[in-house]
Amino acid sequence: MVRNRRGHAARSLVCVCNRQPTLHCWFVSCVPQTSTMLRTVISQALPRLSRPAVCHFSAAAIPAPNTQPEVHYKKLFINNQWHDAVSGKTFPTINPATGEVICQVAEADAADVDKAVQAARNAFKLGSPWRRMDASNRGLLLHRLADAIERDAAYLAELETIDNGKPYAVSYMVDLPNVIKCFRYYAGWADKWEGKTIPIDGDFFCYTRHEPIGVCGQIIPWNFPLLMQAWKLGPALATGNTVVMKVAEQTPLTALYVASLIKEVGFPDGVVNILAGLGASAGAAIARHMDVDKVAFTGSTEVGHLIQQASGGSNLKKVTLELGGKSPNIILSDANMEDAVEQSHFALFFNQGQCCCAGSRTYVQADIYDEFVERSVERAKRRVVGDPFDLKTEQGPQVDQEQFNKILGYISSGKREGAKLLCGGGVAADRGYYIQPTVFGDVQDNMTIAREEIFGPVMQILKFKSLEEVVERANDTKYGLAAAVFTKDIDKANYVSHGLRAGTVWINCYDVFGAQAPFGGYKASGNGRELGEYGLENYTEVKTVTMKVPQKNS
Amino acid sequence: MPLNGAGVQQTEGSTAASPTEAKEDNMTDNGHQQQSDNGCNHQSPNQNHKPQHGDRPETQTLPMPVPDPPIQYTKLFINNEWHESCSGRKIPVYNPATGTLLCEVEEADTEDVDEAVRSARAAFQMGSPWRSMDASDRGQLLNKLADLVERDRLLLATLEALDSGKVFLMAYFVDLMATIKTLRYYGGWADKIHGKTIPVDGEYFTYTRHEPIGVCGQIIPWNFPVMMFAWKIAPALCCGNTVVIKPAEQTPLSALHMAALIKEAGFPPGVVNVVPGYGQTAGCAISHHMDIDKIAFTGSTALQPFICAHVYLTVEHAVEQAHSGLFFNQGQCCLAGSRVFVEGPIYEEFVHRSVEKARGKVLGNPLLPGVDHGPQIDQKQFDKIMELIESGKREGATLECGGSAWGQQGLFIQPTVFSNVTDDMRIAKEEIFGPVQLIMCFRTTREVIQRANATQYGLVAGVFTNDIDKALTVSSALQAGMVWVNCYNAMSVQCPFGGFKMSGNGRELGEYALQEYTEVKAVTIKISQKNS
Repeated sequence: MVRNRRGHAARSLVCVCNRQPTLHCWFVSCVPQTSTMLRTVISQALPRLSRPAVCHFSAAAIPAPNTQPEVHYKKLFINNQWHDAVSGKTFPTINPATGEVICQVAEADAADVDKAVQAARNAFKLGSPWRRMDASNRGLLLHRLADAIERDAAYLAELETIDNGKPYAVSYMVDLPNVIKCFRYYAGWADKWEGKTIPIDGDFFCYTRHEPIGVCGQIIPWNFPLLMQAWKLGPALATGNTVVMKVAEQTPLTALYVASLIKEVGFPDGVVNILAGLGASAGAAIARHMDVDKVAFTGSTEVGHLIQQASGGSNLKKVTLELGGKSPNIILSDANMEDAVEQSHFALFFNQGQCCCAGSRTYVQADIYDEFVERSVERAKRRVVGDPFDLKTEQGPQVDQEQFNKILGYISSGKREGAKLLCGGGVAADRGYYIQPTVFGDVQDNMTIAREEIFGPVMQILKFKSLEEVVERANDTKYGLAAAVFTKDIDKANYVSHGLRAGTVWINCYDVFGAQAPFGGYKASGNGRELGEYGLENYTEVKTVTMKVPQKNS
Repeated sequence: MPLNGAGVQQTEGSTAASPTEAKEDNMTDNGHQQQSDNGCNHQSPNQNHKPQHGDRPETQTLPMPVPDPPIQYTKLFINNEWHESCSGRKIPVYNPATGTLLCEVEEADTEDVDEAVRSARAAFQMGSPWRSMDASDRGQLLNKLADLVERDRLLLATLEALDSGKVFLMAYFVDLMATIKTLRYYGGWADKIHGKTIPVDGEYFTYTRHEPIGVCGQIIPWNFPVMMFAWKIAPALCCGNTVVIKPAEQTPLSALHMAALIKEAGFPPGVVNVVPGYGQTAGCAISHHMDIDKIAFTGSTALQPFICAHVYLTVEHAVEQAHSGLFFNQGQCCLAGSRVFVEGPIYEEFVHRSVEKARGKVLGNPLLPGVDHGPQIDQKQFDKIMELIESGKREGATLECGGSAWGQQGLFIQPTVFSNVTDDMRIAKEEIFGPVQLIMCFRTTREVIQRANATQYGLVAGVFTNDIDKALTVSSALQAGMVWVNCYNAMSVQCPFGGFKMSGNGRELGEYALQEYTEVKAVTIKISQKNS
């Protein structure tokens, strides 16, 4: 929470730069940089240090993308080998910018999950290379994986963009650097996850060992395919587990390429197994498998219920869930207007609105409401929607037809229930799953668009009067993933941030992620935490060893 | 400085890419496997006298020293630049195996230390590149440095062997491996040094920040020059401090090469400054400096007990461990197991086998294959060891083997074993820091605990027994910062190391070392209304 003055946004997932139509700026290098906006702030505060400040994407910073990257891996990755599905089935993965099929990918179901679990179980046997490996060498493997991903970053970014639709500039400058940092972060933890010795009563010597749980099933979503893979693999492997991962059927390609890197850098056979498949078949098979010790799922709250039930109905495997949200973003009247507008725009529209932590309820204090709405609409109208490989593009297509239809349905319900449609509201292109950046004003708390997760580029702006009122309204939801407050007043910032029922609260910023900081939900937004040291707990069994001693001495 | 053609252990070769295999190759990994297989992670393939017939299938791939290694760096490293000393004086650097002059190195004195401290202070200013750097980027710099050390591993090991007289393969497999692992380990800590938020009473919000202390003066010894360099700088840098480090006057070369790698890795100017010099001048200037915020020193220590009790089937193992626990690095280890206490019933056998082991040592030029025992570091140490050996003979200990100098040139001493040593002899009380093993006899556990603790030092100790109760009793009772059970010298970077009593303050290595390099700041903010 405490960072030096230079820069929250410099560390943030995306650093917003208000003067540039292409706003993202991500810092990959070891040399910290700041955005133009921040530089302005800093040059007033600290007359010092000419730090190179690069805000927009210069052509030099991003390698020109190959818009038709070749796909090398389309099969199931089990025991460090490539397999066809037992059933022989394949499914098409689609480029959402065009609606065209990229390629066919092997489709896992229960039989393939069995094979993968068997491989993972073998790799976890006592005395196996993986179990006997020094923790520091597990860390070194994760470091080597990060190095290999860094080497192939441009290709992976291309693949991510063609499969998911997110702008290439974002893939390359946001997703990939975060993936690399996440693996490096957990590489460091491998030999630092320490048990304790404990002064229990009596003539005993007592200590704890932090042991891996065993075979972990991991089911990840399509909105940040590579990043979600890193969030899941990093802590699981650092702590010595083995993994059966199911990647989303919309976006299997980058995960399978990373599988090839996992093999390349030398992870033993069976430690990581990666399957592409559908939730209802492969995902369900993992969740109810009797030989999977733990399941971690990121996705919708609806499916989260099913995962938890499947655990209860099978072997009571441990469950961690990172689910949906309807995160409040609260703008107090003393906030910096320009900054609050830009950040709130970014909080909702980033990644085509397909973020579980999207700031999808923007609460604005009454005395600045009109100006805020006006500026937000103006900003949304300026949002550049188009070809994700164009470096100027801020917003690409939604991931698939189903999401596309669902979002349009929510927009209709907003209009029907009386919210004021201020811009957008329709389809943005003739082909592909593009939706116009959409802003609703005068939204009421009981409207469907204020209660349900839309997962698209649709912003809801609500009005409030007092702090007490807004905290109560913000908390009146089944979700509790993230929240934000914009204010210059330290008392109000503390009051609101401590009062919100959410796993992450941002103050005067949004979507600031670091591998070091835990992320996860209150209430129906999930169980457990990912990232940070907390993320290790979800992949650890604690064993207490107590030994009789002849005589205790302190 | 890439080592073209050196070829044996390339940075990005299979070792780097595959830790699983690396483990089999590099016998120096610190881990359960080594401890259970060899009992001692400081063993290298060379330690059983015949590396060419060792159990490694690919013995021809043993690393070889760099022939006639270039000595590129002989100046003071201040603010990422090379400086001559203000006084113009130089330190002659000798090869202790031959007594020949290797080179001359600039000699830092008070004025140079002042300059180095100014540079470290400037690098620590608020808003400096170093202070405003992300912690994860500090970690990446340390990882980068580890990569560069790995790249130059052969050259560094060669310099180390030339300069300190330690056996090349030991330098390569032990010292350099430990150096690389230490840098990587602390690279990982940089962004994991957590403060806390604290539920204080009243309407307040309190949190702690773990901040770097500032300019750290670090003075390191000559027995493990490059490894000690890493032990000192890595935790200091991962916490965000800046450093003025003085390597020993006997062994400055590897530290200066490290300085060049620090610059190459991209550490900002002034973050690390390396000033070779003498203790009484440069060392004294560092420890008395008014603008140095923290001082870390590794130097003289003392006699570590090695207790062998009730060994049933593993006398051979215990002998081997006692042998390597003492003779490793020519006995020049602060943690050498110099007092070996052996229980009465196995005493005779233990002495007999220990003498056999000591006689099997191969002395010679430490760069040559097959050699596993090099010279002592310098004439002063040599004379002191010889004087103590004489006192042992005079005071009635039984000289079982060795006891005199070896060879026509260089500072070699024969591996020496004394038996029938009593606690009141000088050799049992004073630090020898040489290849002299003292074997004593004891009868009861209670007695040996009392005798082992009857010293003002308390760095490490070892106990060998199959009896779980005895192991727990003795290990709890020994007053030492590290106790090994059925192993010796099982050091690892994850595990804290430091002394009870007069053996030191604080701990190095492990998470504990971070405490030595951080100031904790509690920040308390008034809030309008507390809620849990």
